[in-house]
Amino acid sequence: MSVAPAEVDLPRSADRPVSDKPWVTIVWNDPVNLMTYVTYVFQHVFGYPKKKATRLMLDVHHKGKAVVAAGAREAMEHNVEVLHGYGLWATVQHDS
Amino acid sequence: MEPFRPTRGGGVRAALAPAEASLLRSLVGQVLTLIAPDGPPVAHVQPDGVSAWDALDALDAQLTAPQTPEDPVLARLLPDGYRDDPDAANEFRKYTESGLRGAKQQAAQEMLDTLPEAGGRIQLTNDQAHAWLKALNDVRLALGVRLGVTEEFEEQWNRLAADDPQWAAYEVYAWLGAVQESLVQALA
Repeated sequence: MSVAPAEVDLPRSADRPVSDKPWVTIVWNDPVNLMTYVTYVFQHVFGYPKKKATRLMLDVHHKGKAVVAAGAREAMEHNVEVLHGYGLWATVQHDS
Repeated sequence: MEPFRPTRGGGVRAALAPAEASLLRSLVGQVLTLIAPDGPPVAHVQPDGVSAWDALDALDAQLTAPQTPEDPVLARLLPDGYRDDPDAANEFRKYTESGLRGAKQQAAQEMLDTLPEAGGRIQLTNDQAHAWLKALNDVRLALGVRLGVTEEFEEQWNRLAADDPQWAAYEVYAWLGAVQESLVQALA
């Protein structure tokens, strides 16, 4: 399984430099969580449309991990806490 | 089992045989016991020359600085929030682990509260259904780690001899996946 980071279009407004959003939430592949469940959690927790949630889930499944959100460190830590509540294997990372 | 279906009011419903309800209650109860926080740390006699503040700080650190659990099941249920950065992971755990344990306990308890011992019809609100999603998933994670399940679960199961002591647990794990799947489908 590849460990290359998934390519997702992070929401970045044009007037904001990239360095404003140096933190990311990563979800890692695991053999237990159901694909439908992971998609549902992405929709429910992040409010993503089903298409985007499914694409992220497939990235996790095929590439081993995916960046599912980017933003302030505190917000990413909150994401990870919520995702751990749902049993997803998530971590915060500095997107250097 | 009658699989989960959406209801008009926004919730879900299903029906469980008595044996199924009893099995689910037993598994959720085991997870509940597993994630219950450890008892309070043993208080140490305060050595001479240590101020009360130091002692408080030490006690505070003891109370609030949990480590990555050694038990692989607990480590999966309460995972590190940072990878390749033990300091950040410990700091994150210090502030979030007790809340996460509490949330998981609450979900498990809510599932038990809405799961009749005798089985039968189950009617859940959307919030209750989410408690079931989380609690069921924790049971699957715990069992999956104990069994060493990989993405080739079907092959693993097929390779087991019919008289393998783990055969029944594999069957339960597969059934839990079907229950969870039907709940996700009903909510999606």
